[in-house]
Amino acid sequence: METQTITNKKIISKVTERISGSEAIVRCLIAEDVKIIYGYPGGAIMPVYDELYKYQDKIHHVLARHEQGATHSAQGFARISGKVGVAIATSGPGATNLVTGIADAQIDSTPMVCITGQVASHLLGSDAFQETDIVGISTPVTKWNCQVTRAADIPAALAKAFYIAKSGRPGPVLVDITKDAQFEEFDFSYEKCSKIRSYVPIPKTVIGSLEAAAKLINAAKKPFIVWGQGIVLSQAEEQFKALVEKAGIPAAWTILGASALPTSHPLNVGMLGMHGNYAPNKLTNECDVLIAIGMRFDDRVTGKLDEYATQAKVIHFEIDPAEVDKNVKTDVAVLGDAKATLKAILPLIDENSHEEWHQQFKDLYEIEYEKVIKGDLYPTKEGLTMGEVIKEINIQSKGDAAIVTDVGQHQMIACRYAEFNKTKSNITSGGLGTMGFGLPAAIGAKMAAPEREVVSISGDGGYQMTIQELGTIFQQKAAVKIVVLNNDFLGMVRQWQQLFFEKRYASTEMVNPNFVAIAEGYYIKAKKVTKREELAEAVAEMMASKEAYFLEVCVEKEGNVFPMVPSGASVSDIRLE
Amino acid sequence: MNTEKQLYTISVYTENNIGLLNRISAIFQRRHINIESLNISPSEIEGVAKFTIVVNMTEVNVKKIIGQIEKQVEVIKAYFHNFEEIIYQISGLFKIKSELLFEERQIQNIIKESNARIVTVNKEFFVLEKSGRKEEIAELYNQLSVYGIMQYTRSGLIAVTKEEMKISALLETYNN
Repeated sequence: METQTITNKKIISKVTERISGSEAIVRCLIAEDVKIIYGYPGGAIMPVYDELYKYQDKIHHVLARHEQGATHSAQGFARISGKVGVAIATSGPGATNLVTGIADAQIDSTPMVCITGQVASHLLGSDAFQETDIVGISTPVTKWNCQVTRAADIPAALAKAFYIAKSGRPGPVLVDITKDAQFEEFDFSYEKCSKIRSYVPIPKTVIGSLEAAAKLINAAKKPFIVWGQGIVLSQAEEQFKALVEKAGIPAAWTILGASALPTSHPLNVGMLGMHGNYAPNKLTNECDVLIAIGMRFDDRVTGKLDEYATQAKVIHFEIDPAEVDKNVKTDVAVLGDAKATLKAILPLIDENSHEEWHQQFKDLYEIEYEKVIKGDLYPTKEGLTMGEVIKEINIQSKGDAAIVTDVGQHQMIACRYAEFNKTKSNITSGGLGTMGFGLPAAIGAKMAAPEREVVSISGDGGYQMTIQELGTIFQQKAAVKIVVLNNDFLGMVRQWQQLFFEKRYASTEMVNPNFVAIAEGYYIKAKKVTKREELAEAVAEMMASKEAYFLEVCVEKEGNVFPMVPSGASVSDIRLE
Repeated sequence: MNTEKQLYTISVYTENNIGLLNRISAIFQRRHINIESLNISPSEIEGVAKFTIVVNMTEVNVKKIIGQIEKQVEVIKAYFHNFEEIIYQISGLFKIKSELLFEERQIQNIIKESNARIVTVNKEFFVLEKSGRKEEIAELYNQLSVYGIMQYTRSGLIAVTKEEMKISALLETYNN
């Protein structure tokens, strides 16, 4: 065919290139500025891996040791960076292994795009090898998902996936792509998605709601702020701090909201919920105006709903209209993105200090300090406490480390006692309570923020649920600091068995392996501490290490986490012992 | 707010999408809510589908459900209405042995009085269609069942609301 050269004439059309569906997937990721993805290859996703091989200078693929690890790494990546985490897996078991991480990301509003390979479209529905209905399986735990059977549909599906994952209240999405669509060639072009007709990521703030909220706040004698991850997700830390300071309102956090306001801030009165601090739980039922910002009144935070802040007027700053009135009846709902609504309300707020009211928090803190905190952080009895390990990490990191926790006693202790100077420093599985989250999440966090110190803290139970990711740490040379607080028990369940099941320790005792040997088997420097006098030096050595480091701390076997709001009890009935 | 359970119709305007039924029904399943009736059809707007779902719930809970339905990416808007606020119809089909039409003279009266329509007749059977309120279909069923019904089926409830839905206007604001 003769080639025609057109001069002096600009043709306005989309630039297309004929490429395969699998190459298109990789090109879409590059267009979305993705530089690191986590995954595991397999039959139905092999064409994509072949392209990843060609594009390895643009996208770094991290080979996890299990697909669940890949999702948690993608979550850790997303949580510390605020960007979309990407996980990729093959069909069948590869896809189903993603489900726990997806469910975790859904309930904790983490932006994540999962790409799964699928059997060729002519085999769909025939029980083909490694075929599973992952779209069906993942529907209840994804913000959105879809299956693509034609190469030409790939760019639009992925553009939509990234837009949905990160906009509004973030969440996980899954795009399932058949193998024939990966092989098929088509004319590729990519356009980012910025709008979906039926989708309203940020609801309009109802006219008058800001004024109504401000009026309640200004008139309040005992206002109390409870904040959640919404502050972090909308990057509203600055606006939030301004509001707290101007209004002089004591503020407490959910574990996903932790670190949005430095721990040392005088108006930060601590952690809410089942194992939260004494004062914020008790005084929830004494405040006259409860101001909830970017939090969803999870049952672990509220305890018995019928006896939760019933005396207070409730203001709810929220991006997701479905959360308003879901658990706690709201008097004023301020819909919208927290950054915008907090900024807008600030000029309407009177300066105040609420000193007497704030003093009540301080008084209750003193009680908690004497009964619980002192013994946790400065124990005099034999046996290391989890609390003193966290305190030592605080000292060594000066509160600048990102703490990645797993689930259980160590998690509650870490959330209670870790000091945070910077936002996005507490990465944990909150809503789903996924044991095994911590170690792989720490890998993602460290890779997303290599300049930050990332300390993974796990218990001996959860650590062994994803212990194979030590291989990923070794292969990636990810300088994650790994702390295992070992009490040879599934400690939180054991605590409940002690308190509510008359010490019948059914299947909670762990006979553990030589953790140091396992870490060393992966060529990771490792140390074990059993005595108080060894702790400070070991933590110092770990923090000074330029590469990954494993530290096992043998803590008291039957330590309990207090305070505690027993399951189904009111927050006022919080127990100190 | 009304805390008594009552029948509500939930109308959901959606983009036409594979899998959306699954996503919406999962919301009811999680909360153990039985769907009394479900109908999916095109709506007055091209390319927009309409789900009509009947549930027996409290007003408090139906509001929560509406929030969770609207949260789905491909849902344009969801509404709930009690039965006073809608005009609705249900359709029933009855397959009956043809010989009964001639042997049981009463059947002809029933057909006439109920305003049922004969859809088809052949040697073996005839098919009756009746549209109306749930009770009317039930009444016809009771009358005919005495003589024997070969097959019976009832459609989901379909409804239009007395108030204006303004979906087109809403879509207009989304497009801008």
